Amino acid sequence: MIFGLDPLYDDFSAWGTTLILVVAKVLIVFALLMVAVMFMIWFERKQIAMMQNRMGPTVAGPKGLLQTLADGVKLFFKEDLVPENADRKVFKLAPYLALVPAFLTFTIIPLGGNFRDKAGNVKIAGHFTSLQVADPPIGLLFFLAMSGVAVYGVMLAGWASGSKYPLLGAVRASAQMVSYEAALGLAVAAVFLKSGSLSTHDIVAGQWGSGGWSIRDWNVLATGFVPFVIFLIAGTAELNRPPFDLVEAEQELVGGFHTEYSSIRFAMFFLAEFMNVITMSAIMVTLFFGGPSGFLFGPSWLKVILPTFWFMAKLFCFLFAFVWFRGTLPRLRYDQLMDLGWKVLIPLALFWFVMLGAMEVAADNGWNRVAIVPIAIGVLLAGSALLLGANRSARTARERDEVAV
Amino acid sequence: MTATNLNETADRVRRRDASPVLRMSETAAANLDGNPADPADDERMIMNMGPAHPSTHGVLRLILELQGETVLRCKPVVGYLHTGMEKTGEQLSFLQGPTNVTRMDYSSPLFNELVFSMAVETLLEIEVPERATWIRMMMCELNRMSSHLLFMATNGMDLGAVGMMIYGWREREEILRFFEKVTGLRMNHNYIRPGGVAADLPDNWQADLTELLDVLPERLDEYDILMSGQPIWRDRLQGVGVLNTAEALALGATGPILRSTGHQWDLRRDEPYLAYDQVDFDVIVGTYGDSYDRYAIRLNEIRESLRIVRQCIETMPKGDYRIQDKKVTPPPRARIDQSMEALIHHFKIFTEGFKVPEGEIYVAVESPRGELGCYLVSDGGAHPYRMHIRGPSFVNLQTVPYLLQGGVIADGVAAVSSVDPIMGEVDR
Repeated sequence: MIFGLDPLYDDFSAWGTTLILVVAKVLIVFALLMVAVMFMIWFERKQIAMMQNRMGPTVAGPKGLLQTLADGVKLFFKEDLVPENADRKVFKLAPYLALVPAFLTFTIIPLGGNFRDKAGNVKIAGHFTSLQVADPPIGLLFFLAMSGVAVYGVMLAGWASGSKYPLLGAVRASAQMVSYEAALGLAVAAVFLKSGSLSTHDIVAGQWGSGGWSIRDWNVLATGFVPFVIFLIAGTAELNRPPFDLVEAEQELVGGFHTEYSSIRFAMFFLAEFMNVITMSAIMVTLFFGGPSGFLFGPSWLKVILPTFWFMAKLFCFLFAFVWFRGTLPRLRYDQLMDLGWKVLIPLALFWFVMLGAMEVAADNGWNRVAIVPIAIGVLLAGSALLLGANRSARTARERDEVAV
Repeated sequence: MTATNLNETADRVRRRDASPVLRMSETAAANLDGNPADPADDERMIMNMGPAHPSTHGVLRLILELQGETVLRCKPVVGYLHTGMEKTGEQLSFLQGPTNVTRMDYSSPLFNELVFSMAVETLLEIEVPERATWIRMMMCELNRMSSHLLFMATNGMDLGAVGMMIYGWREREEILRFFEKVTGLRMNHNYIRPGGVAADLPDNWQADLTELLDVLPERLDEYDILMSGQPIWRDRLQGVGVLNTAEALALGATGPILRSTGHQWDLRRDEPYLAYDQVDFDVIVGTYGDSYDRYAIRLNEIRESLRIVRQCIETMPKGDYRIQDKKVTPPPRARIDQSMEALIHHFKIFTEGFKVPEGEIYVAVESPRGELGCYLVSDGGAHPYRMHIRGPSFVNLQTVPYLLQGGVIADGVAAVSSVDPIMGEVDR
C-alpha cells in the first residue's frame, strides 16, 4: 500500500516485469516533463512575443524551438559563481530544494486512462497499471507538502545569497507562499469533500459519472466554480507567476531570490519555475477538469490514446492562461497581495468549504437542500460585513495612532 | 478619518523625516534621535537602488533607508552621467549649439534645440518666419507625444505590465519614423536651429501625418483598456507618491508633476511662445497629485498634442522655413557656385560662426517634463560665454524623497517612474 494504489503492486509474483514497468514509467514521465518544460519555455517566449508584436526566438532550430536547449547548454558552460557573503552550503542546496519537489509533484498526476469502469487502468505486458508514476493514498497532501518544501528552495536561496535584494525576495517569498498555501489548501479541501478521497486517481474517477463522461461531473461545476477560481489565483501566487511574481519582481528587486545565482544553479531555478507551471496546470486539470476525461470515440486503440490527448489539451489551456496573465497584468504590490490572500481568498474559501460541507450533511440527513444556499449566502454577507467593519476599525485605529505620533 | 487629515499627518511625518536628512551627511543621519541605543536592535537597512537597477531610468542612484520594505528615507544621488555638456556648449558656436543640447533630454531632443535656438534668436533680435514657427510647434508636439509614449512604456514596465513597454515603443517608433523622414534622424535631430529649421517638410508630409494621427487615438484607447481601467493598475498607482501643490511649488516641480496637484500651469498657455496662442488645446490637470494622476495627465496630453498637430496640418502657412538673413542662415548650395558673396557668407558661418550681440537671456518652454529653460550669456562673440539649461528632470528629481517617503519599495518604483526623469538631462 505504501507504494500506492496501483494494481501493478497487487501481485508481486512477476516482480521483474513490475520493476521494468515502474522504471519505464519513471523514465518516460521524467523525459516527458523535461521535454515539456523545454517547449513550455519556448511556447511562453513565442506566445508573449506574439502578444507584444515581437518575433520571439527564431534562430535556434525551426521557429526557434531549440532555443531553450541552446540556453541550457550556455548556462552549463558558464562560470559557477558563489558570492563571498553567501552561506555556501545552503546556497548550493537551495536550487535542488526548488527543483526536486517540482519533479515529485508531477508523479501523482494521472496522465491518461479510460475511467469509464472507474478503474482507469491500461494493460501493459499482461499487467494492469494506471498511467501515473505513483498513486499514494495521500496524493493531495503530498502535493501540498511538496509545494511547502518548494518554499524553502526560494526562501533559502534568497537568505543564503548574503545580499539585500535576494533577502527581500526571500522575505516576500516566505510570506506570500505560506499565506497562499492556506487558500490553496482550502480550495483543495472542497474537492476532497466532494470526492471523498485524497488519491488523485480516485478524484479523477469520481469525476467520471456512471453513465460515462459528462462535463457536469467535473469538480469545477460540482464544487460550484468558486474553489476553482480560488485555486487558480492561489496557484498562480504559489508559482510566483505574474501578476504575483513579487518574489522575483525584476523591476523592484532586480531578480529577487535568484539575483546572485548564475550558471547551472540559475538554470535549475528556471527549470523548476516552468516545471511548476506545468505541474500546477496538471493539478488543476486533475482536480477540477476531470483529468483525462473527455469525449471518447473511434476504434479501441483510439480510446486508449484519447484520454491522454484530452488531458494534454486541457493542460495546454492552462499553460496558455498563465502566459496570458503575464502578457496582460501589472504586478500587485506586496501588501495588496497579502490583503487579497488573507482578506478575500481565505475567508471565501473557508466559507465555501463550510457551505459545501453543510450541503453534504443536508444530503445525508434529508434536509431541505434549497434552503441551505440562501442561508449560506446570508451568512456570507453577514460575515463579510463583519470583516469589512473589522478592517475599517483597524485602519481607523492605526490612523489615530499615526496622528498621535 | 478624512483624506485631508491623513495628508496633514503624512506632511508632518515627511517634514520631520525627509527634509533634515537630505542636508545631512550619512554619519550625522545615523546619530539622529529615535535611533535605537543598541545597533543590534536597529532593524533598519540601507539599500542602494541603482545606479545600475532596472527601474531607475538609466543611472539614477537612490539610497533607501528601509524598515522591512517600507522606505523611511530616500536620498537620490546624481552625476553618473555627467559629461560636462554645458561646458562643451561654450566651445561650440551658436550654430553648432543645437547639436550639443539635443543630446541632453534624449527623449525630447527637439525641445532642447528649440529652447536654445529661441534664446539665440532673442539675443540676435531676429524673428523667424511664420512657417518655421509652425513647423517647430508641430514637430515639438509630435515630440511631446513620442516622449509621453516612452513614459507609457517605461511606466508600464516598471509596474510589471511588460507588454505595455513594447506597445509604447511601437507607437513611439511610428512618430520617430516621421522624424527620420523630416530631419534625417530618429533622435538628436539638430533640426531646429537659430533662424528657423534645417529643412522644409518633405513632400506628402500631410499624408504621412494623417495616417499617424488616425492610428494613434485607437491605440490610446487600447491603453485605457489595458491599464487605466485595470484594478491592479489603479491600486498600484492611486494614492502612491502623493504631493500637494504647496510642496510641488516649493520644490520647483513643473510639468505633469505640478499639474497633477491641481495647479494649472503650462507655459504653452500661460506664457505663450511659438504660435501656441493661435491653436486650441486644453491644459490637463489632476486632482490628487498621485502617480495615477501623473499617468493620466500624460496619457491625455498625448490626445491634446494630437489636436494641436491636426490644427498645424490645417493651418501650416506657406513661406520660408528659415530666416533670410545672410549673417545667420547659410546660403543654399546652388548660390555658392554663382555668388562670391554667398561663398564668403557660407565660409564665415561654418568656420567662425555668426556673432551674437552682448547680453544675457533666459528663455523657457514647456517640455514634456516641465519647464525647460535656457540661460544664455553672450560676450559678443561667436560662442556663448555661458550656457545653462534648466533641466526639468533635474528639478523634478527633488520631489523623489517626498514621493517615496513612507511607501514600500514597489511604490518607490512607481513614484520614480511617474516623475519620468531623463538622466541625460539631469546630469548634463
